[in-house]
Amino acid sequence: MIYVENKDLVIPGQILADDEYYSGRGTFKENGKVCSSLMGLVSLRNKKLRVIPLKSKYVPKKGDVVIGKISDVRFSMWNVDINSPYSGILPAFEVFGREKKELNKVYDIGDVLFLRVVDVDEIKKAKLGLKGRGMGKFKGGIIVDIAPTKVPRLIGKKGSMINMIKDKTNCKIVVGQNGLVWVKGDKDMEQLTKNIIHLIEAEAHTSGLTNKIKNKLYLAIDGELPPEEAEEEQDFVLEKPKLQDFKEELEQEERAKHEAKEIKEKGDKPNIAEVIEELKRKNKSKKDNGLSYGDNSNNSFILNNK
Amino acid sequence: MMSEFIRKDGRKYDELRPIKIEAGVLERADGSAYLEFGGNKILVAVYGPRESYIRRLLKPNTGVIRCRYNMAPFSVDDRKRPGPDRRSSEISKITADALRPALMLENYPRSMIDVYIEVIEAEGGTRCAGITAASVALVDAGIPMKDIVVGCAAGKVDDEVVLDLSEYEDKEGQADIPIAIMPRTGEITLLQSDGDLTEEEFQKAIDLAMEGCLKVSELQKEALMKKYSTEQ
Repeated sequence: MIYVENKDLVIPGQILADDEYYSGRGTFKENGKVCSSLMGLVSLRNKKLRVIPLKSKYVPKKGDVVIGKISDVRFSMWNVDINSPYSGILPAFEVFGREKKELNKVYDIGDVLFLRVVDVDEIKKAKLGLKGRGMGKFKGGIIVDIAPTKVPRLIGKKGSMINMIKDKTNCKIVVGQNGLVWVKGDKDMEQLTKNIIHLIEAEAHTSGLTNKIKNKLYLAIDGELPPEEAEEEQDFVLEKPKLQDFKEELEQEERAKHEAKEIKEKGDKPNIAEVIEELKRKNKSKKDNGLSYGDNSNNSFILNNK
Repeated sequence: MMSEFIRKDGRKYDELRPIKIEAGVLERADGSAYLEFGGNKILVAVYGPRESYIRRLLKPNTGVIRCRYNMAPFSVDDRKRPGPDRRSSEISKITADALRPALMLENYPRSMIDVYIEVIEAEGGTRCAGITAASVALVDAGIPMKDIVVGCAAGKVDDEVVLDLSEYEDKEGQADIPIAIMPRTGEITLLQSDGDLTEEEFQKAIDLAMEGCLKVSELQKEALMKKYSTEQ
């Protein structure tokens, strides 16, 4: 027996269903009943009940990409504020290996970085790293703060929402899973983008939001509504967009490297340039049909990762 | 005989004072609530879970909650000397104790939740009203909870057991029993007793206060639902 429907708004302690349903995130079982532990929206899939919170704090998870601010420079690491109850640490060797450099000349207090959570220990201390595409320090731009649970909504299905905003405002946008968004572009456009992002956050639980935002954007920039398009209604899916992590991309890179090595070892000595060209093509096609975190092709903040 | 008894302010023995609850009133706090309970006006702000620099308070296996109950100097008829006193430190402690059983902080080890309860205007029963408002603010902050804790008092005035004592009844009455419960299971998280009651009267008072709690609980839920359905 179930007492709620999909996408219903529930509050903590509310009884959701009887024993035959499974208790997922945001719920708990007590006396044979599944109850909600959060204020949020019900998500029901295959008899598994979850509650997606309206508000929450970011808890670091291994593999996440986050935006953080350097809060302290220590002897061999930086302390990073990642908009969470737990601060992150960026060890010096993650940035420049065994080399010895003065840390505050590389990143200083107040610098904003795009990072990956390398590891989280049992007391939730997050170890951060810079391995991955587009990781490194941001130059200029503004930071917009939204609830981490609204991040998937901001990105949209396969990046539909974020790409639309990027195209229309000509801003570079990078979204961290900790709910921080970096925006860089024209000063006015930055502000407009910020307002749009806050609007998405406030209305994240409404349906047909992409179209609504589209209209708003066209009105604000062109002064007229977009041409009518028979577009299917976007379903409200609060799932983590698959392309948010770079794992696949990284793996592919790794594989390609491996292949290149193998060919080399065979002694055929193929044209390396050819291989690289092929790789580039592969990567490009990959990027074209997927969401990339920020438009990496022309970003100024890319650091050269050895 | 019960139903004929009318109290000083015209209420029946089991009647609550008018209540108004609003969730999410403060911009900068993670969660907040405003509550009017008769003549009481209470504002609650919740911050967290957040990192705390008071390392000795943090626990490695779970999050901790800290409460501060504070009365504004202008909240009572005679000006109250600002700052914490014996009464407010006691209420701070019992509020934290009353809320703690409902919180599920296992997923936030080494973190701290701060609850600030500010009494802007007081008219009897502020500790129960404070707990009621604080749990609404905690829900608003998105903190996982087993249930929404709710508080309500019962007592004895003119040899009658009555619900929700006002300031006058609190001072002139014979007994005051504030309780806080988790309404789904009916578990009591706070029980204080002040004054003289027979065993029968005590039982009656608890039952009455429980009933009152359930009524207030409905209003809490309504307030939370209202806050987020207007945005829809």
